[in-house]
Amino acid sequence: MKRCRLYKSLFIGLLLSCFINTHLLADTLNDTINSLAKGGFKERAKVIGLMSRLNDDRILNSLEALSAGKLYFRKNNKQVIILKKEDNKYYAKDPVTKSNLGVVQKKQFKKIRVNNRLRRQIKLTLSSLKLRASSPKDRILAATNILKTIDKSALKAIQSQLLIEKNKSVRKAMIAARASVILFNNSSNAKQIQSINILMKYGGREARSVLTRFLSSANPRVKKITENAIKTIDVSLQRWTFIQNVWYGLSLGSVLLLAAIGLAITFGVMGVINMAHGEMVMIGAYTTFVVQDLIKANFSHLFEYSLAFSIPLAFIVSGLVGIAIERGVIRYLYGRPLETLLATWGISLVLQQTVRSLFGPTNQEVSSPEFMSGAFQVGQMTITYNRLYIIFFAVFILLILLILIKKSSFGLQMRAVTQNRLMARSMGIRSDWVDALTFGLGSGIAGIAGVALSQIENVSPNLGQAYIIDSFMVVVFGGVGNLWGTLVGAMTLGVANKFLEPFAGAVLAKIMVLIFIILFIQKRPRGMFALKGRAIE
Amino acid sequence: MISDKFYKYLGISGSSFLCIMGGAILIIVASNTLLNSDHPLHVSSYVVTLLGKYLCYAILAISIDLVWGYCGVLSLGHGAFFALGGYAMGMHLMREIGPRGVYGNPVLPDFMVFLNWKELPWYWYGFDMFWFAILMAVVAPALLAYIFGWLAFRSRVTGVYLSIMTQALTFALLLAFYRNDMGFGGNNGLTDFKDVLGFNIQENRTRLVLFVISGLVLMITFMFSKILVDSKYGKALIAIRDSESRVRFLGYRVEHYKLFIWTLSAGLAGIAGALYVPQVGIINPSEFSPANSIEAVLWVAVGGRGTLIGPVLGAILVNGSKTILTSAFPEVWLFTLGAIFIFVTIFLPKGIMGLFNRSNRKSNASGISKIAGLRKIFIFDGKKDG
Repeated sequence: MKRCRLYKSLFIGLLLSCFINTHLLADTLNDTINSLAKGGFKERAKVIGLMSRLNDDRILNSLEALSAGKLYFRKNNKQVIILKKEDNKYYAKDPVTKSNLGVVQKKQFKKIRVNNRLRRQIKLTLSSLKLRASSPKDRILAATNILKTIDKSALKAIQSQLLIEKNKSVRKAMIAARASVILFNNSSNAKQIQSINILMKYGGREARSVLTRFLSSANPRVKKITENAIKTIDVSLQRWTFIQNVWYGLSLGSVLLLAAIGLAITFGVMGVINMAHGEMVMIGAYTTFVVQDLIKANFSHLFEYSLAFSIPLAFIVSGLVGIAIERGVIRYLYGRPLETLLATWGISLVLQQTVRSLFGPTNQEVSSPEFMSGAFQVGQMTITYNRLYIIFFAVFILLILLILIKKSSFGLQMRAVTQNRLMARSMGIRSDWVDALTFGLGSGIAGIAGVALSQIENVSPNLGQAYIIDSFMVVVFGGVGNLWGTLVGAMTLGVANKFLEPFAGAVLAKIMVLIFIILFIQKRPRGMFALKGRAIE
Repeated sequence: MISDKFYKYLGISGSSFLCIMGGAILIIVASNTLLNSDHPLHVSSYVVTLLGKYLCYAILAISIDLVWGYCGVLSLGHGAFFALGGYAMGMHLMREIGPRGVYGNPVLPDFMVFLNWKELPWYWYGFDMFWFAILMAVVAPALLAYIFGWLAFRSRVTGVYLSIMTQALTFALLLAFYRNDMGFGGNNGLTDFKDVLGFNIQENRTRLVLFVISGLVLMITFMFSKILVDSKYGKALIAIRDSESRVRFLGYRVEHYKLFIWTLSAGLAGIAGALYVPQVGIINPSEFSPANSIEAVLWVAVGGRGTLIGPVLGAILVNGSKTILTSAFPEVWLFTLGAIFIFVTIFLPKGIMGLFNRSNRKSNASGISKIAGLRKIFIFDGKKDG
């Protein structure tokens, strides 16, 4: 009890101190900025010097406005604001909080003027301020900017910042930026070579372009070293392109996998050709859209979690439609695969047109939640979160399905019915039910795939059509009746596609993959991981 | 004498069907040329072209029926062969425009000038000659089918696998023809044709002649197919359809039989496409879309596969209702089409012809159907059979 209270008071104290602190800081900040309005250029220079020592990210805004001539002060109370002109109206903005203060009369304000000397000072202050930004990401960005532009004026700021910088990746970027400046600063050969080595180690496109720019002005001995350095960077860049291609391939593969898993069950396990499979995906995507719309309208605070509702709902909706199709049409056609194909194609047309009539033919917008948007950097490549999550999601779904089929009693019944229907029935398994549920399962999984696809694709009535051939290819290529085959098939096709793209272009790559599968099927008519033995006949 | 021979080869239904079709074509031609345009029985040129289009579809349907209805190979890619034939014809018509194009280039078609091409690609050579274009309209699809079939049948890709592969084939071609670099006009395809063999393509007379030619080709195709399926070869085909392994065990080279009919059927589809293009005045990549091919399969299913009259009936009926419905209730058409797919496969597995032939089929087909029924149970048991 006591301890609890202790924590509580500590917590409140912390909170309070935080509040007071920021409050105080904001006050000094405001005062400093407002003092820009007083005095002439000399005083201003002093204020800017003061500002640069304040170490606050919020100064950036006002300094940028100042050098752009957008910083004004109110004539009566000397309050400093940012003025922005739009449609002949002046909008005021608070320089610290960036909040809008509404439309104002320009007459009441006076511009804070700057001369060239001040501008230079501001530029220096800005670059050093950016280098001192609180988040490491911004600091790296500032350093890379210096590297890109070879900004000689920033040398001092970098050097002083390097003395205190502790973050390793920021240090690397700053050292590289410093090297680029030194390289172009008429330094001695030894220093130049040292800089070249640093840039070579840093690698990446920016360093490469700095070095190529340097090539023309280098003396022969240094030139050779530079050329070698560029070559080394090229090799590492190629390696990164390779890794990036693999990544893109896996990403495409995961999308294919999601679209094909459901098919692997209905086609692979049950042997039913469901041409309406793509429409199950489409229904899942539209369910996501509807759920998001409802949540946006009624429970907007739950918007971030709308996917958590969409996934089970899409499974249920698509699954129910699947069961209805199985009970209504497919069960009359068992043993006649070609007819099943035609009938399910008919179903797909009906479903498409239904959705088109209900929602219209245009694309619907489904927005991604916060945690799925954005990206992060690994070495020389950018990884977007939504792609990353979709890969995990696809594999997760596959694993769940594998467990369901291999370990649950429903999975056991499913396998029994597909292996020997009559025997399964005489053991008391209701084969009709198992058929319907299996088909529902496959369709439901397709619906879940639709949720994932809605995050990266346009949601339109034609969504499913785009995937139906691809997913059949994956299942056929991987081997019918084998979920692992589906995984390997999807990933192989995805990676192959992405590796062909740089040479052949997106469309030709796809054609080449299709032709490859057509040829592959000739060699191994039952796919990569074919079932062996009597089960296939 | 001649009628006797016809009768002998075509049977009563075949010869009467031919007579009815010939008569219908004559009547339509007569009503279009002889009757005044305000006469209630007058058939306008628009309708004549429309009917000509249906006749081309009917040829395509017969070609699909030959492989599906008689050999059990369901092709979801016959639209590709049809479109290839169409492109061959379109290339000829493109060359015939000559200097009358927008850019006035005597050799290069407009779209090539637009793309800044300096020379005609090698595969466009020869298409300024009509006979060459016609030859290519048959050879190009047949060659593609031969290569595809040789690979597929040799390694015994059958059933659904083959169907999906054919669908992938036409999908790949769809993507390929959308590319401008292919030299076939990309997205827009080939269009703006001026004349065929010197006759203005927009003129009524030309359209009428094209219609009659389509009708004649359809009738010849029908007769030829009838003789083919009634021959010993045709009997072997049907045997392959009903029990492929048994035929193989009896010593027949099943692959050769399949490959022949497959290639022939592709060539026929090509002819249909070549007749189709001058009548509609355009050929573009959308003809390759998988949906088109499946729709063509539906015509056969509706009419009745395994008969030759069925596909013709199906093509005309389905397309007729498509024309009417898409203009009257555009929303309803896809529902109707989907419903036809489902209805026919479940309730009318033998199509419309199955309704007519129910009584006289019973006697000789009961044996086969019994075997087929047994086989069905067997497959149902395994449920894995492609």
